[in-house]
Amino acid sequence: MTRTERKELRKGLGFTGLWIIGLAAFTAYPVVASLYYSFCDYSILKSPVWCGIENYQQLVQDGLFWKSLRNTLFYAGLSVPLGTVVALGLAVLLNCDVRGKSAFRLLFFMPSIVPVVASAMLWLWIFNGEYGLMNGVLNPILAPFGLHGPAWLADPTWSKPALVIMSLWGTGNAMVIYLAGLQNVPAELYEAAEIDGANAWQRFVHVTLPAIAPVVAFNAIMALIGAMQLFAQAYIMSEGANGNGNASDGNPARSTLFYTIYLFSTAFQDLRMGYASAMAYILFIITAGLTWLAARFARGRYEDAL
Amino acid sequence: MIPKSPTFLLLLLAALPAAAEPVHVTYWEKWNGFEQKAMQAVIDRFNASQDRIVIDYYDQTGQIDRKTLVVTAGGDPPDIAGLHEQNIATFADAEALEPLDGFIHDEGMTNEQWLDRYYPIYARICTHGGHVYAGISTPVVETLYWNRTLFREAGLDPDRPPATLAEFNDYATRLTKHDPKTGRLTQVGFLPQDPGWWPWIFCEWFGGRLDDGHKVTFATDPRNVAAYQWIQHFTKEYGLDNVKLFSSEFGPWASPSAPFFTGKIAMTFQGIFYDNYISQYKPGLDYGVGPWPEAVPGVKDFAMAEADVLTIPRGAKHPREAWEFIKYVNSTNTHAETRDELQGAELLDYLQVKLSPLKVWSPYFTNHNSHPHIAMFRRLASSPDAVCVPQLGIWQEYHREIISSFDRVRLLDATPEEAMGYSQDRLDASWTRYRRSLERHGQWAALGEAPR
Repeated sequence: MTRTERKELRKGLGFTGLWIIGLAAFTAYPVVASLYYSFCDYSILKSPVWCGIENYQQLVQDGLFWKSLRNTLFYAGLSVPLGTVVALGLAVLLNCDVRGKSAFRLLFFMPSIVPVVASAMLWLWIFNGEYGLMNGVLNPILAPFGLHGPAWLADPTWSKPALVIMSLWGTGNAMVIYLAGLQNVPAELYEAAEIDGANAWQRFVHVTLPAIAPVVAFNAIMALIGAMQLFAQAYIMSEGANGNGNASDGNPARSTLFYTIYLFSTAFQDLRMGYASAMAYILFIITAGLTWLAARFARGRYEDAL
Repeated sequence: MIPKSPTFLLLLLAALPAAAEPVHVTYWEKWNGFEQKAMQAVIDRFNASQDRIVIDYYDQTGQIDRKTLVVTAGGDPPDIAGLHEQNIATFADAEALEPLDGFIHDEGMTNEQWLDRYYPIYARICTHGGHVYAGISTPVVETLYWNRTLFREAGLDPDRPPATLAEFNDYATRLTKHDPKTGRLTQVGFLPQDPGWWPWIFCEWFGGRLDDGHKVTFATDPRNVAAYQWIQHFTKEYGLDNVKLFSSEFGPWASPSAPFFTGKIAMTFQGIFYDNYISQYKPGLDYGVGPWPEAVPGVKDFAMAEADVLTIPRGAKHPREAWEFIKYVNSTNTHAETRDELQGAELLDYLQVKLSPLKVWSPYFTNHNSHPHIAMFRRLASSPDAVCVPQLGIWQEYHREIISSFDRVRLLDATPEEAMGYSQDRLDASWTRYRRSLERHGQWAALGEAPR
């Protein structure tokens, strides 16, 4: 290394040093330390005691671990495809050349910047079984059949679907990204398709979708990662709807006990940091695996389309 | 003649011993309403009573237990943490709390002498594993509240609450109304999930025990199972869909739309603090307060006690000064004849409109407590049949399991035997694992076989 290069290196380290220290202290160290703790009996207040793979063995036998995983996969399995369809559909509509286009875009994007707690309180009212807006709309439709809208968040059967519906409220971010993708599709492709006699649906399936496939893949993967880490909405709404001070157990009847909620209660209520660390690593592996699968699937579809 | 030159005066000042700065004690508490104001008045009285210690109150509303845990682990805890009584065993086993035994002995008292000043149920709340870990800040007793207007409408004597479980069930049926057209509930006598904070209490009320000192007995004690069968019978009687829709109408418990305030529920079990909320959200409500109906023959003054507690986290910088304040809040002037003479516990509980956790009450506190039912709560607090949360290190898990079983049972998702059996299996495993963890950290021998 020449003298000039060494000088440049020092300058570079000078500029990035603080960031490197921050990364090492606040990200890298906790990541490595939690891996170590996942093999320990550790309560945060006492010294960790090595216990080998005991935490991982207990996880396999823990019924709530599997239940929380099932709840999370159920939520992700519904919310990710549904959110993708809704966000893409809205983006396509908002890409049309209509009067007041900007206002509509603003209107559909705004919910995604509403703080989670505020929107959760709003949805608590919407899902109120007796006075809520949702049943206010559903009941007149169901009444002729002698039916009544469900109690949503107070009903174990409907609490997860309610959270899926609520998740659609926040599709504004994805919608904006789709909109940017749609605007980058070359107009001549549509013209060529039209000349070939393709109708609107065929143009969407054979031109639009392949052209924005990478954007769809990106959004879907980000949504999947977000869904696997669902916490705040479920935590707030579980307590708000059932109100027995036990939001950390996914009320009612653990129907909204998602993975991160179980991890949280294990760590901060039961003081089982070692076990919670093991759960965090399992979640990391599952999310990474699903992301890899999604990316691989998307790449295959994208290449097929081209 | 005394010289008056500036130099001499400066030398004189320098020669004087420097006045000791008072020690500032940090106190974290979960209150931010009228309870905080009451505690601040007590703090002001304490601060004014001496010049060595100043208590600085910090409002930590929301999850004070987790905040305390994290700062204790980080080595920078407050000097005093106002926790809930169910935190004591878990925090103590995690070595997050300083035992108060040494401070008590320095006062020339044994633990037994110190605890003997409290009603027995509050003495039990302060201890775990043979050590005293807490002082009481606010004592609570839960009991039966009923709506006298609804009693009259149902043809019941509003001055006579149900005396036995059979009567309670009968009253609950008579106080329940349906819409004649739709069949939907418009009013219920009682619903176990209101407020739903203490689903374990029904087991104790039925004479059951949640542990026997060596193991968890949630599903193995038949009286607990009987309690959950009783809980389930309400849903069966009212109809599951009916209950779900009816309970959707309930507003938050501390709001004008709370079901007891709106007349949707005629009888509920609530704490001594409930009167404060009734005056705030439903002034003029005609209600009564009485003991729990007799569920076990011979147990006439069953009661549930709770408390907010004052603790010293491990690593606190001023434990001795923190103890001075805890001692003050857990003492009284038993001769107080005027409000100005009230001290410590009585001043706090007088201002919070609650009872004192200490057995001996001053004349002023006895005669001027503004709680309309204070005599009833005093009677229940002193009852030998008063119960509190078991002091178990796994209580957080235990409580979640109880709530899960409670939900499954009341939602007819499982029979009581199935739901409680599932929870029992999980709790057995938790207890085994917890014991192994204590053994690993060399604590089991000190705690002994008795987890309480």
